[in-house]
Order: sequence, then C-alpha cells, then structure tokens
Amino acid sequence: MAEKLVIIGNGMAPGRMLEHLLESVPGRYAVTIFNAEPRVNYDRIMLSPVLSGEKNFEQIIIHGDGWYIKNAITLYKGHKIVAIDRDAKTVTSDHGVVEPYDKLVIATGSVPFILPVPGNNLAGVLSYRDLDDVNAMLLAAQSRTKAVVIGGGLLGLEAAAGLEAQGMDVTVLHLMPTLMERQLDPAAGYLLQRAIEDRGIKVICKANTKAIIGHKKVEGVELADGRIIPATLVVMAAGIKPNAGLAKEAGLAANRGILVDAGMRTSDPAIFAVGECAEVGGHVYGLVAPLYEMARVAAAHLADAKSTAAFVHNDTPTKLKVTGIELFSLGDFADGDDRHEIVLRDASAGVYKRIILKDNRIIGTVLYGETADGAWFNDLKKKQVDITDMRDTLIFGQAYQGGTPLDPMAAVAALPDDAEICGCNGVCKGKIVGAIQEKGLTSLDDVRAHTKASASCGSCTGLVEQLMSLTLGASYNPAAVQPMCGCTILGHDDVRRLIKAKELKNIYAVMQELEWTTSCGCAKCRPALNYYLVCDWPGEYADDYQSRFINERVHANIQKNGTYSVVPRMWGGVTSAKELRAIADVVDKFNIPTVKVTGGQRIDMLGVKKEDLPAVWADLGKAGFVSGHAYAKGLRTVKTCVGTDWCRFGTQNSTGLGIRIEKFMWGSWTPAKVKMAVSGCPRNCAEATCKDVGVICVDSGYEIHFAGAAGLDIKGTEVLGLVKTENEALEVIVALVQMYREQARYLERIYKWAKRVTIDEIRRQVFHNLEKRKGYYDRFVYSQRFAQVDPWSERVSGLHKHEFKPMATIGLAQAAE
Amino acid sequence: MRWVLIGSLTDIPRRGARCVETPKGKIAVFRTSEDRVFAIEDHCPHKGGPLSQGIVHAAAVTCPLHNWVISLETGRALGADEGSARTIPVKVESDEIFIALAADSKADRAA
Repeated sequence: MAEKLVIIGNGMAPGRMLEHLLESVPGRYAVTIFNAEPRVNYDRIMLSPVLSGEKNFEQIIIHGDGWYIKNAITLYKGHKIVAIDRDAKTVTSDHGVVEPYDKLVIATGSVPFILPVPGNNLAGVLSYRDLDDVNAMLLAAQSRTKAVVIGGGLLGLEAAAGLEAQGMDVTVLHLMPTLMERQLDPAAGYLLQRAIEDRGIKVICKANTKAIIGHKKVEGVELADGRIIPATLVVMAAGIKPNAGLAKEAGLAANRGILVDAGMRTSDPAIFAVGECAEVGGHVYGLVAPLYEMARVAAAHLADAKSTAAFVHNDTPTKLKVTGIELFSLGDFADGDDRHEIVLRDASAGVYKRIILKDNRIIGTVLYGETADGAWFNDLKKKQVDITDMRDTLIFGQAYQGGTPLDPMAAVAALPDDAEICGCNGVCKGKIVGAIQEKGLTSLDDVRAHTKASASCGSCTGLVEQLMSLTLGASYNPAAVQPMCGCTILGHDDVRRLIKAKELKNIYAVMQELEWTTSCGCAKCRPALNYYLVCDWPGEYADDYQSRFINERVHANIQKNGTYSVVPRMWGGVTSAKELRAIADVVDKFNIPTVKVTGGQRIDMLGVKKEDLPAVWADLGKAGFVSGHAYAKGLRTVKTCVGTDWCRFGTQNSTGLGIRIEKFMWGSWTPAKVKMAVSGCPRNCAEATCKDVGVICVDSGYEIHFAGAAGLDIKGTEVLGLVKTENEALEVIVALVQMYREQARYLERIYKWAKRVTIDEIRRQVFHNLEKRKGYYDRFVYSQRFAQVDPWSERVSGLHKHEFKPMATIGLAQAAE
Repeated sequence: MRWVLIGSLTDIPRRGARCVETPKGKIAVFRTSEDRVFAIEDHCPHKGGPLSQGIVHAAAVTCPLHNWVISLETGRALGADEGSARTIPVKVESDEIFIALAADSKADRAA
C-alpha cells in the first residue's frame, strides 16, 4: 500500500516538490494537501501583475483542479492545520479533519511583518501576501483615492506600482534613506526612486511610521516627525517572517524558521519543511529560486531515503517586477578595503552598473536600466571565474569580451551550456536547447511547458526566444512583417494584438514588454501607440499628450508659418445668424487674416497666433461652439444636404440624421481621419459616395456606404447594405467605425483597411452578425463616455496652460544689459 | 556671453519643449525623458517650422511641418536630410534653467 504523505500548505515550493515526486516515484505516496487558502497552487510571483491588471488569476494558476484529480491528490481547500500530533502521526485541521501520515511536509510559508503601531488593526490596513490581499486591494482601489504603502522593498514597490496602475494616488513610506537598500546601493536606489516618482508615485524615505490613524476605518498615517499622510488604504509591506508557529508548538526545533538539515529534514525524521518557513544553514529565503531548490532536495529524500541531495546556499539575483523598470541585484555590494568596484553610469540613458570584486572575482552586481547581462554576471560569480583578463571591458557585458561587440544573438550563442537562463526555475541553456532538439519544440509555450524556462516571472523570455531562434534557425521565424518603425521589429497588427493580450496599458509598458530598441520611441511609433492605447483601454489609459502630433496636442491645425487655424463644429453643416456673428466678432477681435469655407461645410479661421488660441476658443465657446476636430485623427465632419426639410426630391431627413450621427460620434479618436456625409436622395448633393462613411437616403430607407476616397486616391464607396430605420442606420455606422477603430493600423484610412480585411468580412461582422454589431456598438458607446469632452473648453479652463505661453520673454534691454 | 534665467525645469513637460522669446527670435528649450535640457533656435533648417512644437524623442525632435528630425545636441538634421539649426548654450543649476545670450554688441541692440 502507498505510504501516506501529508503536506501542510499549497504554495509554490510544495507544488514543485510534488512535481518532482510524481516524476521520479509515481504512485509511491498517497498525497493529501491542506491549504489554508481556499484555492489551488498559483504563481505568487505574479500577484503583482494581477494587482496592476496586467494578468488575471486564471493566468497565474500553476496547478488547476484537474491536476490534483489526475494525480489522485486530495486537496483540502480552506483547511488550516491547527495541530500536529507527532506521536500519533496525525494532523488536525480547523474543520476537524484528522489525517494520519507516514511522512509530513510543512510548507506554511511566511507571514507579513505587521508594524507594532497603534491603529494597525483598523479596517483598510492590509498586507500583501496572497490573492485575498490582492482582491482586497483591487476592491479598495475602485475608490481611486489615496493609498499608503509602508515599505520600499521589492514587495512594497510592486504593490505601489500595482495600486497606481489601478488609479490610486499612492505614497510609499520607507524607513531607510534609499529604496530597496538590501538589494541596491544608494545610487541605484536613487535611480529607482526617480523612476517610481515618474509614474506619479510619491516616495518618502526616512519615514518612521508612528501610528495609523482613523475611527474604525483608516484615514491616514502619522509619521514620527508629525506629518500626516491621508489614506483610505494602507498596505504593510515591511517584510515577512517565517511562519513557524505550528512547528514550534509541535516541539520541532526552530530558530527564525523551522530548522532543517541540508536534506530539508526537521528534528523529527518523519517531517520535512520546505519554503519560506524553513531555515537551512542559518538562512531563511523569500525568493523562488532557492525555494524550488529546497523542493528538489526534499523530493529526492522522499523518493529515496539514501539520497545524498543537499541544499547549498547560493545568492539569488533579485529582479523587480514593475513594468518598465529594469533592475537586477546579486550578492554582496557593500564597500570594503579588500574590495574593488567597477562602475558605469550613463545618466542620459538612465543606466547604472556596478560590479563588486574581491580577489578578482565577482561577489556582487547591481544593474539598473540595462540588465541583459545579469545572467552572465551571475554565471561568472557562481563559477568564481577570475576576471583579470577581461577587467577592462567587464562592465560593458558579455557582448564586448573579445574586442568587438557581439550582437545579442551571438552573445547568447556564446553562453556556455551550463549558464543559467531562467533564475526562478534554475534552468540552464543546455537543458533548454536539449529539450528543443529532443522534443521537437517549436513554440515558446512548448518550451515553457517542458523546461519551465521563463514560466515564472517571465523576465528571461527574450533570452529563451533567442535560444529558440539559435537552435531552430530559420524555422523559428515570427512571420515577416513590415515593422511599425525603426524602433521595433513588430508590425502594427502584432503590436495591437499584444497590447490587448498582454494588457499593456501605457506607452512605457508597451516599449518595455515588446522590447523597443529605442529609449522612448520616435515620432512615428509614439502617436500610433498612443492611439492604440486610447482605443483599447478607454477610461483606464491616460492620454500621453507628448506623444501626440502638435495639432492634436493643441487642438488646432498648425500652418506653414507656425500659426494655427481654428474650425468650430457646425453640426451637419447647419449654422445660424448668432453663430456667424460670433465668428465675425472673433475674426475682428483677434485680427484673423483669413476666413474660409471648408469642404466639410464649416468655417475655417486661419492665421491665429498660438498664444491667442485659448481666448479665441473662449469667445467661440460663449456662442455655443465646440471644437470641430478639424485637426484630429478622429471624426471630422458629417456633410448633409437639406433633405425633406426643403428639397422637393428629398426622401428622408438627411440633415437630421447627419446631425444625429455627428452628435453621437464627435470626439472619438480613430486610426485616421473619418469624414462622413448623408445625402437625402440618390442625386447625392452631399457627395456621400466618396466619403469614409456615407448614407444615401432612399424611399425604402437608408443605403449605407463606406470605404470611399477623394484625396490621394479617388474611389467610389462600397455599399454595406440597406436598413429601414434611422436607428438601425446609426447602429450599423457606429459598429463599422468601432470595428475600424479596433483593427486598423494607425494612419490607415477606412478604404485601405477595408481592402485589407475585405468588404465581405466587414459586412459579415457589422451588418449580418447582429451580436457582433451590438458588441462593437456597445464598446463605442462606452469609450465615448471618456472621449466626448470638448477640448477647447477644457483649455479655456486652464488645462495645459504651458502650451500656449512662452516660458520666458527676454526684452531688448535685458538681452543687451 | 551672459547667462539669463528663463525658468525652472518643471516648467517644461518631459519629452516636451517651451519657447523663450528674445529680441533675436524664438528659442526652443527642450526637456528629454531623462531630464536633459537643450536649447536651439525655434526654426527648422528645412522650411522654418517651429521645432518647439514637435515630438521629442531621445535627444531629437521631429519638426511638425515636414517630419525632419533634428538632433537637440548638435542642431543638425539627422538621417538623409541636411541642414542645421543654431544651438544655444544652456545650463541647469538646482532645477533652474539658464540660457546664454551672445555678448553685448551693437548688432544685438539693433535687433
């Protein structure tokens, strides 16, 4: 009969231990797991992306329910073990389940360190350890108010970045003078602080928390110097301690953690301990790599009593999982007389690298901003390589050893087979290459499934892909596409897909995750990315004005002499004496040199000085005008004819429909400009058959046209279909434009997009498939909630004041003084 | 040459620019994403476009009129285009930005 193996705790370490056991001695043990959390084993390292919204819980599950069933493992979810009876060899859960064991593994993990200050038990004070904490934080973040994170270490900063991404106003309090002082030296800590602050997170160092204040619910944090930081949410991330209480009560030897030998055995030979709760060789651990190593060792001893597997202490590199911040720290980096250091700083690139040497061997490394060589430095340190010969070029990284710089691919090719690629899972290059060759793996997902490389925190994904490329050669080739610009190898379609799939919600995240080759993009990709993010994350993404072309940044059209033109909206091309008078007054008041009627049935005032724009808009606004978006990649005009109101041939109220469409759709951003028209009869006086979207009214209803052009190219429209009612016409048009918004490439007009995806496909999706049509329509309506704000009145009220005023004016006298 | 205070670093948005009016024309003052500050005449060597209105990326700006890319460090057009805008010495001291104006001369007065 199988021996009974009971595991207390269901985190990553015991999960990995079971994988090893199932592989080496399947069927040897009947396994029962007690998990205090009511759920399966998930990747705790990825809680930060869940908090920031980049991933959801399902995406970070390691073992789903099916895994436990398939492997005949009994999992008690939500059962906390309250006692271990070592004589009877049983454990008892808080729900009263008593389970006998032959072998017991304690994997109770760690508990957060809660500051012993008044108010630490108020509602709204959370720690950051498990999914429940994350869910509580996400709930609190819905208020979009102020949060304080206590602790500027790894966890605290990840929590702060996640809360900020959820729209909270976050302040980090850190007791020490610089952030992450255990992993970073002060210089890198400073760079990190600047990067954190750049995201709008406030950082207060040397902040000694005195009390958490509030009645029942938290209202703020009081510092020892008397300052009070208001907050409705306080996250304690000031450290963790091993959760060894249960083991101590059972009489097992314990210090900070549960004491185990190098074989992970406790003072009771039938009981093992793995994970954050275990103390081995005087160390306790919190990073995943050593915990996985514990899992391997424990599994070896459980599989074979004579095993000689032993846990060996190794410094583990630390990486911060905050999108857009590259940081790597390894080993010991304190100054010392017997130590030498090599430092590289590139302030403009935000790069700082420091290598600490002792006896010509690396003992520590801090990399900030550029961490690609982390694996190589780790390898040199681990193997204690004498670096004397490469000392002059060591800091530049592996690519510069041997005189000429290698390209990144050659650098990967040059790594030895035992070089570690995936730090989390301890996977070396040879193992990955071997798996690709032996098992015929062709996709990244396959490689992850077979080797675990890049399957935990994912930061080595690029390296793994390079290895795949090296091993598979031309057969591993993400389809050749025209890159968006010189900053990336990805085409527009891939970028759009990845923005959605990876839930990238700001430009830095896109550039980081999709490995942009420039530090901050170029004038080609930045406006495109800004549009994609505006379109894909309405209400979540904050428009990056510095990535918009000047016209969209100042909401007017720049002219050849640096002045601007101003075109107010005239709904459907209809105006009035009052509006015309207001325009005339503005023209006089501001000496506007040219007034012209546009092709889109409205009036253009040309030659307005930039400084005058807000005042011009203020006057126009008083008459009821809003921006006509004549400068926008967005909805421009809806031309109309007078239809049944006046025309003896009119079949429908074309003016009314045009105005209705314009009022419904104004303010929306689109990949390129969108011009529309509605004609009241097939005589087509509004010229609807050369527009991006057009409507020809007929007796029986509304014929909807699209994909016309009358600019660089001349092209008549295609007919999308005939609908009977105005409401349906509006719904189809909105759905069409939304489909275009979601799928087209930046600057691609509707006719070019339609040619690419085919007229039939578009017709199928927005005309025939009512469910899809409704989906597009609803998404457009949702995004309009955030888009329909008149940009002119916003600026009249003072938004972006700096845009319209010189920074300084230096007079003649001052200049000549 | 004389240093003139024109404002503080935070007056300019990161990856943005502001103008300074001088008797000799507009000067564009740029702030990059890494807080480097540059000043060049606000006049593209191509057709005189206002460089201060362009998109700033790394240490370069793309002119809003015809997409010439001008190096903020040298004022020279990058890529295949040829031309150069005048750079103005600039310094930042504890977040205050100064630009250097040419020494007192009759020509300056006349301007």
